[in-house]
Amino acid sequence: MTRIFISKDMASVALGADQVADAFRQADCEVVRTGSRGLFTIEPLVEVETSSGRVAYGPVGPEDVAKVLDGSHPNCIGRIEEHPFFSGQQRFTFARCGVIDPLSISDYAENGGWKGLEAAYALSPQQVVDAVKASGLRGRGGAGFPTGIKWQTVLDTEADEKFIVCNADEGDSGTFADRMLMEGDPFHLIEGMAIAGHAVGARHGYIYIRSEYTFAVKTMREAIARSAGKIAPFTLEVRVGAGSYVCGEETSLLESIEGKRGEVRAKPPLPAIEGLWGQPTVINNVLSLSAVPFILSEGPQAYADVGFGRSRGTMPIQIAGNVKNGGLYEIGFGVTLGELVSQIGGGTASGRPVRAVQVGGPLGAYFPPSMFHLPFDYEAFAEAGGLIGHAGITVFDDTVDMAKMARFAMEFCAAESCGKCTPCRIGSTRGTELIDRIVAKAPRTADMLETLPQMRNARTIARTHDEEIELLRDLCDTMKHGSLCALGGFTPYPVLSALDHFPEDFGSTPALTEAAE
Amino acid sequence: MPQRGRKEKSAMTDIAAIQTLIDGAVHRDARGALLPLLHELQEEFGYIDPAAVPLIASALNLSRAEVHGVISFYPELRTEAPARHVIKLCRAESCQARGGAAIEAAMAQHLGVAMGHARKDGQVALEPVYCLGLCAIGPNALVDGRPVARIDGEAVTRISAEVEA
Ligand SMILES: Cc1cc2nc3c(=O)[nH]c(=O)nc-3n(C[C@H](O)[C@H](O)[C@H](O)COP(=O)(O)O)c2cc1C
Ligand code: SF4
Ligand code: FES
Repeated sequence: MTRIFISKDMASVALGADQVADAFRQADCEVVRTGSRGLFTIEPLVEVETSSGRVAYGPVGPEDVAKVLDGSHPNCIGRIEEHPFFSGQQRFTFARCGVIDPLSISDYAENGGWKGLEAAYALSPQQVVDAVKASGLRGRGGAGFPTGIKWQTVLDTEADEKFIVCNADEGDSGTFADRMLMEGDPFHLIEGMAIAGHAVGARHGYIYIRSEYTFAVKTMREAIARSAGKIAPFTLEVRVGAGSYVCGEETSLLESIEGKRGEVRAKPPLPAIEGLWGQPTVINNVLSLSAVPFILSEGPQAYADVGFGRSRGTMPIQIAGNVKNGGLYEIGFGVTLGELVSQIGGGTASGRPVRAVQVGGPLGAYFPPSMFHLPFDYEAFAEAGGLIGHAGITVFDDTVDMAKMARFAMEFCAAESCGKCTPCRIGSTRGTELIDRIVAKAPRTADMLETLPQMRNARTIARTHDEEIELLRDLCDTMKHGSLCALGGFTPYPVLSALDHFPEDFGSTPALTEAAE
Repeated sequence: MPQRGRKEKSAMTDIAAIQTLIDGAVHRDARGALLPLLHELQEEFGYIDPAAVPLIASALNLSRAEVHGVISFYPELRTEAPARHVIKLCRAESCQARGGAAIEAAMAQHLGVAMGHARKDGQVALEPVYCLGLCAIGPNALVDGRPVARIDGEAVTRISAEVEA
């Protein structure tokens, strides 16, 4: 019986992979459902096992079965590893994703699984923390905080009980790496969490997954059940979010697990000292925890050898939006934005010129193609007025209206604000109104009160366009410095970058920024 | 998920069934039982009956305000029966970059319902969602929980017909 590999990743299923799998089953093939390889233009992707390895075809529909089986299908790719989208990647974290049956514990073990955990068990907790420090691993959830230092704090804090919490809330638009890993290689995350548990002395862990990720929730729960014996006495459970973006913020996430409203806590105390139920808690992104097995099995140096500046190791970058070759591209830091968008991504899907890319989700900055020389590196992006965040890149073509995108950023902040601080809760709504007025070229005029004769010092003439823009900048400044967390604090990134790089969309003259380039 | 609203009638305050779920949750989760319990109630009945609030409060030793506060905080939790079909259309940036706004307008027009609302006849609701993690193949939606990608004009017609049936 011919063995066929077809992804059951949510994206592949959305593109019809289930129907393709059914068609192959009806043709008496043995169908193994895997995770996704990560390039969606070739999904649904079918790989046929042959004596000389797997041969890939994609995209393939249910009507293509015969042609795939006799090898005559025009969308034959050959060995997937040799496809240009994959040949340049450095898959440390996603090595198994798309290759194995995600829920087969024997597949996992045969393909290098559990090696990191076994290496960790042979070391003392401090040695494991030292290895993570030496690797240079920084948090992949957004802030880029050194993971080893976070673990050290938890290890050093005395407590009867400690927790490992995995942040799988992945709310950023343009990101899907956490989802793909949980669906395509769930034991890998479990292994990373078990290593963290050993390193800091925690016995229990939570994986907080957003409710939109129904496939990932199911796969993770099943994988936890199947691997319980392997990671004992460490135990794990999944908790499901409920549609709130701000619950991705670590303290808000802890509140949510505790069964409360997802309101952000003031720091200090750090979660590493007083986290879940007041106990020391490691909270890390899926990708941070999933980088750890490699660091333990191959050694921290092997990880640190790859990268750029103070950004060590690889980053599973997600290329999304209006792009031809969208998908997951894992590579060492240092690759430029231009390489990612133009060469690897192949430019826009619409065929029109790229006008802007947003990096790092809804709180990330918009960059014009003139900044495509930027290397993928935490510091380089920060200097350029942006952030890497969870490494999602959203590509826009020249039909995008950047004032609209700036308005959307404010609107999103208003919708998702937890309400704890004023600059975020109120400022975002005022920001939306302000951008509306700027775009409509209807600056604010004096209101009824201001025109009363008693209000002698009130201004009675309308603001100018420039004054409205100035006010928007001022508002962004207040949000940036006066917000408790990065939702209110970083919403200015997309707004100001849109304003700086695309002033013409706000009705201003583009001269200044162009001259600066 | 796909069977949203399947038991909408049974929730004509099926207090006993609600209480059973509550007891189960208290028994199962020693800590942080509230959110999993609310999910469970919603999955079972399609929504969280406000009549459940005092029962939950007393079982978990919380105030009613705390329980209500949690329910109202999370966009996913609802206190009214959902429409028979729910389309959750992604409104986030990557889907916008792929023409999401036009699809949203077409969908609203086809279904005869504004974004964020349920149609008066209870047949269908169009709800916003901010990213489904399918960002390279948008515009995307969950149609009664089933992921649908690359929605174009034709797909709008197809989905509309599907939810009218
Ligand atoms: C509004 C907001 C949303 C966030 N969403 C996420 C998220 O979805 N996933 C994530 O890993 N981190 C998210 N973060 C970052 C977390 O607060 C935190 O930095 C991260 O979980 C730490 O893990 P790391 O060190 O492994 O990156 C968010 C932060 C903010 C302010
Ligand atoms: S910035 Fe916004 S989301 Fe963050 S704590 Fe303040 S109100 Fe809440
Ligand atoms: S932005 Fe629509 S699925 Fe991510």
